[in-house]
Amino acid sequence: MRTASTPLRRTDAAKRPPAAGSGAGSAPARAPAGPIHRMARAGERMSVVVQRLSMPGRVLAILWTCLLLLAAPTHAETFDYRLQARELAPGAWVIVGLKEDFSFANGGNIVNTGFIVGREGVIVIDTGSSKRYGEQLLAAIRRVTPLPVVLVVNTHHHPDHFLGNQAFPRETLAALPDTLAAIRSEGEGFNANMYRLNGDWMRDTEVVVPTRALAVGRQRIGGRDVELLALGGHTIADLVVVDHDSGTVYAADLVFHGRTPTTPHADIPLWLAALDTLERLPTRLWVPGHGEPTPDTRALRQTRDYLGWLAQTIRSGAESGQDMTDLFQTPIPQRFAGMALAKEEFRRSVVHLFPAAEQSVLEAQRTPTPK
Amino acid sequence: MTPLALARPALAWIAAALTALAATAPVLATSTPAALASAPAQSAQLDPLDSPRWEDMRKAFFEGATVVFDERIKVVGPSVAEDSLNVPVTVDASAVPGVEELIVFADFNPIVKALRFEPGAAQPRLGFRIKLQQSSPVRAAARTADGVWRVGGAWITATGGGCTLPSVGSGSPEWQERLNEVNGKLWPRLDGGERLRMRIIHPMDTGLAAGIPAFHIEEIVITDAEGHTLSRIQPLEPVAENPSFTLDLRALAPGARLHIAGRDNNGNRIDAWVTR
Ligand SMILES: [Zn+2]
Repeated sequence: MRTASTPLRRTDAAKRPPAAGSGAGSAPARAPAGPIHRMARAGERMSVVVQRLSMPGRVLAILWTCLLLLAAPTHAETFDYRLQARELAPGAWVIVGLKEDFSFANGGNIVNTGFIVGREGVIVIDTGSSKRYGEQLLAAIRRVTPLPVVLVVNTHHHPDHFLGNQAFPRETLAALPDTLAAIRSEGEGFNANMYRLNGDWMRDTEVVVPTRALAVGRQRIGGRDVELLALGGHTIADLVVVDHDSGTVYAADLVFHGRTPTTPHADIPLWLAALDTLERLPTRLWVPGHGEPTPDTRALRQTRDYLGWLAQTIRSGAESGQDMTDLFQTPIPQRFAGMALAKEEFRRSVVHLFPAAEQSVLEAQRTPTPK
Repeated sequence: MTPLALARPALAWIAAALTALAATAPVLATSTPAALASAPAQSAQLDPLDSPRWEDMRKAFFEGATVVFDERIKVVGPSVAEDSLNVPVTVDASAVPGVEELIVFADFNPIVKALRFEPGAAQPRLGFRIKLQQSSPVRAAARTADGVWRVGGAWITATGGGCTLPSVGSGSPEWQERLNEVNGKLWPRLDGGERLRMRIIHPMDTGLAAGIPAFHIEEIVITDAEGHTLSRIQPLEPVAENPSFTLDLRALAPGARLHIAGRDNNGNRIDAWVTR
């Protein structure tokens, strides 16, 4: 039995289930796209082939099409993320993910990854959500250049940013020291959660913790003039890669665009300070961690605007005596209505951020009161 | 000229038949659950949350009593739990006059009952946070003076892994020194009443983790400065660590303060005052 003076205490590790946290927050599993949708897609692909065939060939092809309509391999069944690399500026590439939550349908393809092709080698920025994503990212790089991958960075410890590490040579993997530690401690929990959210897309995905701790600062990597910045606020450590040769900043999850920012490990004041630092960079192109790249700072400004509103809403809610369920009812301002998942992410953020705001309001009352 | 335009009649038939067959497949697949869901109600007591555990719940909590489902009993919470160890819920029976007692339970929790609440001078409405082991109905049952239990609730999806890292620094010497410390505050409400929010430092161990016995607050009594009992909360293991509560009380005199008294299951006492 415990007593008041020596209460027995469990360790937190013994009690807590693995953290879910996710780049885009966690979400309930959704059903894959329906069969009708899939068949239409398979039919489109086949008709292209059919037109080039002779008459007997056409007959066979049509029969074959009909059979395929019954058992059409879908991109969900072939696990093809259909990654399309876009060159934003010479040598600066991005693969833009969907503005969604993790699901069986998208297999975790909700994140932006990037790569920079220098004269001597390739720098990869984040490896995606699964082993398959990493492999398909490498294949997309190979469609662009035969140069060796010389550096692969994980910008932070959220699972959609590092679970593709298996596809790359171990010695190329690197991250900030706090990110390495966080992947080491939380990676397995994230991975288990990602199997649950994305299903078979995750097959054979394992956590690979980078061995190298990154040195920040301006340096030549792969023959390219790049700068690595160690910031934080979205998580404990957020790496930003600046490609000075093209004026492109890979801001990772410090910047969201058209997709509501996620906050499972956020420190909002630190995050806002990081945005101030970023805004001073002499760059032309911005690659957010989620959402469309922009030729100006509009994504950064949108992220700052939302985070400022979020922090203020939660603080004033706590100060005025609201509980979390009251805050859930807060209307989302019209200017954020176009951001994907605004309502869902706002509620999640209330759960993440309200307890600390509440504690500081209630503990401000901690003056001893007479009995 | 499309390829199918060249097809012979027989081939067109095969194609049509195959297409038709393919097209019906998803319809068949989805019609089964739909048919089940739309089956005619067996009785007025069919659980609106359609939980296989309802009959067990009814026996455990309401055996021998009259129990009805009532949409006026609300459980407000997220549809998906972001942090399974801290799922915010507000149970609200204020649309039903004369509620004397509220209980809250989650059908699929390993410890089903979460809390008992005697509102007394408060609205029959209580905000707190619950731990969920898995997806479950979270229900509130309100008893009126006639002995009838009215039940409402909501499904909350909890995925077990859906927990973010809490920032609670428990396990530290500070935590042990602060056990049962109450931090609370009163706010005047627009409707003339008083809102009480309080947070009590306590691990609320469930006893289900290996080697860690159940250790939880079991009673909190709110009294006014004259010693009149206003409300009583009896939390159980499923209430979240360092529990916080939100209650709406009747108006208090300016400068009034409330006494918060109680104990945990090991006899450690709670004793604090709360002011505006
Ligand atoms: Zn992230």
